[in-house]
Amino acid sequence: MIEYVESKENIARRIARIFKTGDVVNLGIGLPTLVANYVPAEVTVILQSENGLIGLGPAPEKGREDKDLTNAGGMPVTLLAGGAYFDSATSFGIIRGGHVDCTVLGVLEVDQEGNLANYKIPGKMVPGMGGAMDLVAGSRVVVAATTHLEKTGGSKLKRRCTLPLTAEHGVDIVVTDVGYFEVKGSHFVLKEYFEPYTPDWIVEHTDADVQVPPDCKSWRA
Amino acid sequence: MIEKPVISAARAAKMVGEGAVVHVGGFLACGSPRGVLAALAELGTRNLTLVCNDTAVLDEKNGRVTGVAPLVKNRQFRKMIVSHIGTNPESQRQMNAGETEVVLVPQGTLAERVRAAGCGLGGILTATGLGTEVQEGKQVVEVQGRKFLVEEALPGDVALIKARKADKAGNLVYSKTARNFNPLMAMACKTVIAEVEEIVEIGEIDPDQIHTPSILVDYLVKA
Repeated sequence: MIEYVESKENIARRIARIFKTGDVVNLGIGLPTLVANYVPAEVTVILQSENGLIGLGPAPEKGREDKDLTNAGGMPVTLLAGGAYFDSATSFGIIRGGHVDCTVLGVLEVDQEGNLANYKIPGKMVPGMGGAMDLVAGSRVVVAATTHLEKTGGSKLKRRCTLPLTAEHGVDIVVTDVGYFEVKGSHFVLKEYFEPYTPDWIVEHTDADVQVPPDCKSWRA
Repeated sequence: MIEKPVISAARAAKMVGEGAVVHVGGFLACGSPRGVLAALAELGTRNLTLVCNDTAVLDEKNGRVTGVAPLVKNRQFRKMIVSHIGTNPESQRQMNAGETEVVLVPQGTLAERVRAAGCGLGGILTATGLGTEVQEGKQVVEVQGRKFLVEEALPGDVALIKARKADKAGNLVYSKTARNFNPLMAMACKTVIAEVEEIVEIGEIDPDQIHTPSILVDYLVKA
């Protein structure tokens, strides 16, 4: 009997291993932001922030915040040597023009056709899409980061999204706290399962078509 | 070079007429013209249309009220064209109650619609929003074998922007991520008012370092 235990840390750890040195990466607010903490020391990625910078560095020490330097969540950040600032049109030109290699976004729902819903629950929560629609439409690889199950136990991976879409067919990879999935055609392909979960457990607890290929392997955080 | 009038925040606020379309620079209020916005909130001009990245932060419990948030709270906007309202619950409430029209625009599309207005373009073609609610009521065209949405230019009456530094002619230099929408809005509106932290003599800013050329700026306000 396997009991599901939410682990945002494992999601972030696995996603951090996707990048190669030189990749330009945009990390969304919330869970995706955690990914920056787990990028292996031998890999150098260049973080982009859509409010107008590349070369995002760590949070400043207390008392050293600069009112003119924030990330897309409005939090104080720093810029690494060699970084650059630009206006919003250039920033989204970088995103929409295909100059961002990988974007990592949070999820309300993601479905087996790669549709993503993450900006609106009609009548309840309508924060707005911010830069998410441009990021999904423009980035070369789109990674959806999500806990596998909702607090109520339902699957975050769906056959078909029911909430308003952020983008149609935009998602390439979904990483949850139980496995690593690729969106291929009209189903999820389980590439890795995270122990103690097993492929059988994952198929049973995913409300979507999941194919388990022969080369599906185990991964330990 | 012609020097630009340096005016008070109160006088700047009076240049925003009832019913005007106002572009406000800033990203979660980083790079918003605080002094001019405070004066406009005090003046209470109504029926405005806001074009801004977001509706800033309204968190009175924790004493955080930034950018355009006081104007939202005052119900000074008839319509808000923004990409994000998640940090200002009052803007969500007004939208859900049907009190204020809220048009949510993807952030990159918003930037390009403003840029298009400032560059004499009728609009832009973008794949952002295809297959989503953003597509509703819009033309889809195929160019070079790809589908795009037609997104119209978004001009304004008055731009309220913020820069780090100006010279007396009105050449502007922005600071870090406080740049965001400010240089785009400086090109897209009939009247451009720049709130700046420092005003220096003409010739003191290296022309290669100027982000917004003086001819786009009408008035300066010292922050």
